[in-house]
Amino acid sequence: MSFSITEPSGRQKWIAGVLVVTYAVLTLIPLIWIIATGFKTPQDAIAYPPKVFFEPSLEGYVNLFTSRSRVTPEDLAALPPPDTFYDRIVRQYDMVITGPSKYGERFLNSVIIGFGSTFLSVFLGTIAAYAFSRFKVPLKDDLLFFILSTRMMPPIAVAIPIFLMYRQLGLSDTHLGMILLYTAVNLSLSVWLLKGFIDEIPVEYEEAALIDGYTRFQAFTKVVLPQAATGIASTAIFCLIFAWNEYAFVALLTSGTAQTAPPFIPTIIGTGGKDWPAVAAGATLFLVPIMVFTILLRKHLLRGITFGAVRK
Amino acid sequence: MAQIVIKNVRKEFGAFTAVQSSSFTVEDGEFFMLLGPSGCGKTTTLRMIAGLELPTAGEIFIDGEEVSQKPASQRDIAFVFQMFALYPHLNVRKNISYPLVSQGMPRDQVRAKVNEVAEILGITSILEKPVGGLSGGDRQRVALGRAIVRDPACFLMDEPLGALDAEFRERMAEELRALHDRMGATTVYVTHDQLEAMQMGDKIVVMNHGVVEQFGRPQEIYDWPATTFVARFIGSPAMNLLPFEGMVGNGSHTVSLAGAAVAVPEMVSGGAGALTFGVRPEHVHLSDSAAYRARVVATEYLGTTQIVTLDTPLGQVKSRIASDIAVRIGETTGLNFDARSITLFDSGTGRAMISKANQKVLTHG
Ligand SMILES: Nc1ncnc2c1ncn2[C@@H]1O[C@H](COP(=O)(O)OP(=O)(O)O)[C@@H](O)[C@H]1O
Ligand SMILES: [Mg+2]
Repeated sequence: MSFSITEPSGRQKWIAGVLVVTYAVLTLIPLIWIIATGFKTPQDAIAYPPKVFFEPSLEGYVNLFTSRSRVTPEDLAALPPPDTFYDRIVRQYDMVITGPSKYGERFLNSVIIGFGSTFLSVFLGTIAAYAFSRFKVPLKDDLLFFILSTRMMPPIAVAIPIFLMYRQLGLSDTHLGMILLYTAVNLSLSVWLLKGFIDEIPVEYEEAALIDGYTRFQAFTKVVLPQAATGIASTAIFCLIFAWNEYAFVALLTSGTAQTAPPFIPTIIGTGGKDWPAVAAGATLFLVPIMVFTILLRKHLLRGITFGAVRK
Repeated sequence: MAQIVIKNVRKEFGAFTAVQSSSFTVEDGEFFMLLGPSGCGKTTTLRMIAGLELPTAGEIFIDGEEVSQKPASQRDIAFVFQMFALYPHLNVRKNISYPLVSQGMPRDQVRAKVNEVAEILGITSILEKPVGGLSGGDRQRVALGRAIVRDPACFLMDEPLGALDAEFRERMAEELRALHDRMGATTVYVTHDQLEAMQMGDKIVVMNHGVVEQFGRPQEIYDWPATTFVARFIGSPAMNLLPFEGMVGNGSHTVSLAGAAVAVPEMVSGGAGALTFGVRPEHVHLSDSAAYRARVVATEYLGTTQIVTLDTPLGQVKSRIASDIAVRIGETTGLNFDARSITLFDSGTGRAMISKANQKVLTHG
């Protein structure tokens, strides 16, 4: 079969444009809805029919970041007048701010565990993939298959044994425990993806470097790594997306110290009525780091997403 | 500047032996060709000289120093890869600078040196360009630049023209040879193209199935092949090889080909049974009166010469004769052979039998 590549006609371009825009709108609606809800008041958020136009409010964000408690109107009157915008928002509901919420902490946990496990997965994955790609490893094919096979069942299928094991090892509800767990889950993906990328880099480049007087390690860092950058970046994105969004393990294995944002966000709703704007605000902020990370690496991602099949 | 001595070098990959006990010597300043069909172990041999592959057994001396187990970086050699192996993330200047930077040479010195090399290769104008957009010829020059910038003891080149278009090949071959003559550095050059080897090399090693078949000057190898493989591999068309049953003794100087007595150089070794009569096409002449009969089956016009293919009692023979000799397809004629140019082979071993004519070439080492 042969394909001829011709410049699409104006009509084809127009149809393609409409399709792309339609698809973009369909996928963006939930996202826009979440972002918008974050800026609504609780009343607007549950209004029926749903409000498309509304007066923006920071109530959701204030509730997201604070713990509050209800006070009697008399006590409220006795307080000095509110001097910040968030105090003012909270007082409308006969409440006072008692301190920061746990969201910041949980968010930070997400960052530590997400980026930590991504770094470790990519670091170990690159080294392992390099070895598998370049050296004679005994039982190479079996080992690679074994590594892949760890992904053949859903990770959560081993949740109970891991739960018991972690309790014994004292890894439950620790950052280290979650980083190790996500690294273990991501490693098979990372080894396989990166091996594909490194296989594509001709060995001659390293050999040229060896002859030019570099050591094997220098050849790896100065020649292989720059050329594997695309693969490393796209692998990192895949690993981060998994670790960032992971819910089941973290819900099971953590309760406080090492809990990440995903299991925490739904609990916001429980504190004082149906606080959808706070939940939406939490979800919106949670999207930001991964979007920034992906945008920073998108130049690599576009090439890398073909899994090394197309180079240049 | 370096002499390279390969002594009984072997290379096994698992159960497979890629190079079997090879020995040859590359003299200082020589342009040395490693020639053989694809898969015969040329690259493996070159990589062992470079240190990219360690021999299973044997010794390699560069300038008298045994280096066979030393890493590549300590051998002071430059390697030009078949696919050039330019670093795609660096521009031309950085590619050429690379080996100098790795040695820790000061920056302005690197600059001067790279400029000098670019001048020699005629690539000054593309120094700041990325290597991605370069033509094959320019990539080749950059790869050469990276090799010569270090003034290494020797150059190793693995089919450096293999990736170029036919039109570029010839030009680069000339450039390469001229460059070598100017710099005088020992060069080991791998090729599967016997013409390239004959044109460019001071000396040639012919390899087959991991075995060194013959090693010598192009003319020697062409005139006095050590084995039937070399006889067939070198020359276009190849040497005519006619198998026959016969007997030659020490001192004999004729053989009987299908009843016709044919003169050969005086033999210094003897043999009997299955033998092979080898003669180059240009030493086969058509003569109506000759005893060894033949019938013309084809002619191929090549300008000043023509190749005439003839059926003979012992098999097909090609003759290269002047194109002004009229030859008709189907006509019967006789063949004369230049007696001094004949090589007899033992068909069993494939090795040339020693005669007064080839003994100097074949018994030198
Ligand atoms: N790393 C290797 N592992 C296994 N076999 C190899 C390896 N390198 C080369 N070979 C084999 O050794 C033989 C000689 O290869 P090579 O030296 O590349 O031949 P050439 O350069 O003459 O074409 C080939 O049959 C090849 O398949
Ligand atoms: Mg080769």
